[in-house]
Amino acid sequence: MSMAEIKTPASGPSGQPERKRGWLSRIAPGVRKIAKRESPENLWEKCPATGEMIYRPDLEASLWVTPAGHPMRIGPDLRFAYTFDDGVHEEIEAPTSLDDPLHFTDQKSYKDRLAAARKSTGEPDAMAIAYGKVGGVPAVVLVQDFAFMGGSLGVAAGETFLKAAEEAVRRDAPLVIFTASGGARMQEGTLSLMQMARTTIAIQTLKAAGLPYVVVLTDPTTGGVLASYAMLGDVHIAEPSATIGFAGRRVIEETIRETLPQGFQTAEFLVERGMVDRVVTRKDLPQVLGSILGTLMMGRSRKAA
Amino acid sequence: MEVQRHYLEFERPIGELEAKIEELSRLSDTAGEGAFDSEISAMRARMEEMRREAYATLDPWQKMQVARHPDRPHFTHYVAGLIENFEELHGDRKFADDQAIVGGLGRFRGEPVVVMGHEKGHDTTTRIKHNFGMARPEGYRKAVRLMDLAERFNLPVLTFVDTAGAYPGVGGEERGQAEAIARSTERCLTLGTPMVCTITGEGGSGGAIALAAGNRVMMLEHSIYSVITPEGGASILFRDREQAPHMAASMKIVADDLKRLGVVDRVIPEPPGGAHSDPQAAIAAAGDAIEQELKTLLGLSPEALRAQRAQRFVAIGRAGG
Repeated sequence: MSMAEIKTPASGPSGQPERKRGWLSRIAPGVRKIAKRESPENLWEKCPATGEMIYRPDLEASLWVTPAGHPMRIGPDLRFAYTFDDGVHEEIEAPTSLDDPLHFTDQKSYKDRLAAARKSTGEPDAMAIAYGKVGGVPAVVLVQDFAFMGGSLGVAAGETFLKAAEEAVRRDAPLVIFTASGGARMQEGTLSLMQMARTTIAIQTLKAAGLPYVVVLTDPTTGGVLASYAMLGDVHIAEPSATIGFAGRRVIEETIRETLPQGFQTAEFLVERGMVDRVVTRKDLPQVLGSILGTLMMGRSRKAA
Repeated sequence: MEVQRHYLEFERPIGELEAKIEELSRLSDTAGEGAFDSEISAMRARMEEMRREAYATLDPWQKMQVARHPDRPHFTHYVAGLIENFEELHGDRKFADDQAIVGGLGRFRGEPVVVMGHEKGHDTTTRIKHNFGMARPEGYRKAVRLMDLAERFNLPVLTFVDTAGAYPGVGGEERGQAEAIARSTERCLTLGTPMVCTITGEGGSGGAIALAAGNRVMMLEHSIYSVITPEGGASILFRDREQAPHMAASMKIVADDLKRLGVVDRVIPEPPGGAHSDPQAAIAAAGDAIEQELKTLLGLSPEALRAQRAQRFVAIGRAGG
């Protein structure tokens, strides 16, 4: 249910790039950090697709899409800013839930991992909610943050999803989710698996209220997240070249003992296979979403009249 | 001749004792009638005692081995023991018939039902036929089709869950493995008839919950229910499969823990040496538990059943376990 391959957030505005410990850190730990803080290196980002170095202000101007057209991973703040009309939105606080229900420890304690993720992202967990107009249509928007423990789905994200659906019903507005996740949060064991059912229940409440539920699949959307709320939308949109798949690439390769072809488990592949309606660029997303939501909501109000 | 039984690692002392008993029986045959009878019966009593003790104190890693025991009763055995007039139905009406999930119509102690579950197979031929219980999209789409049928004819749905997980393959990905699982979970939750789910062996991740989002979820005493196999979890979080026993314990995959966390409603006790030591007793115990749970659901309206299911799952993880 979780994908081993996608562990480290790619460098991006919301996640610190994880660097391999090189000779400098070995002989003088900390020096790299000091050097990094003031260095113009910060002004440059590496394109995850081509390796090309890109000037950061250029990236910001292009909504964090590289010149090669590769949309980099972004967190809730930027996503809300890019999605809502003029960036105007009201943030809805995520509900609180029990941290570390199983008292889980692997190489680090789960509590420490949570603390570190909260510090680096400034978010309580991997999902954030906001409300505003998207292409002129009022909507509740949920954003999953890959920088927060790989966007993994645990009790907290499940609660946030339930809350978002509740808010959508209360405000009589559609729900749009931007998914980004390696899958279930293993540190919550079987409780994390239960979120597949819990989020599905939330979607049923939207359906019962006749409200649209639109999924935008971003890089990466995999495992148990794909096998639940990411595949249950009325409409599925994906960002270009996003990795989207159920089983991890390595797991499949180990099972079938073959190397998978390039382009397998990408947004474009899923469109070809009929699982996703369209690939839409980041720049065009608000307009396309607004158009789709507008039509669906028009039909809904005619039904009610 | 060697002893034919399959022994798990922690059962080795029991296996050794059984081998000694067999040896003594053979000696007894040549030495004359009943020569070692009293020794043999004492050793047998000792062996049963050892088995009982071992199974009373299994750790999660050992339970996982029992849950995967090749002689453990499978779906086919539960159907044979509990379902009359079983009529298997094949195919998802879209692409193929996936024998990793088997299902059909039947009567359970007089009640007309739809019954379905994962089947792992018991020898090379049947294991290949059933793909070791690892379903492809067609299996979950067949499950959806059978639940549609149950709804149309007001039939309760009984499921038996026993899978390492959904099959990770190219074809499955191409045909929407994730979508098929999501739709099956969704169909469980929208079903207007009672649904009772029993995890009999391995409840492996999304491939399991696709058949286990019911009104009642029960586990056999030595079954497991897990978001990822302990081996898989260890290789991701530790990059070391040797840590699998640690993961088995930390991820809380055994029945008692999951009962405490509210993930399952009921733990079905197994015979002293595990379900495989006395399959008939294990199957009957599962049948009794299913009958009791089903009785409490039969009078409820479709709306009440859906609401109960939603409340059941929404409550998980909220009360703090």
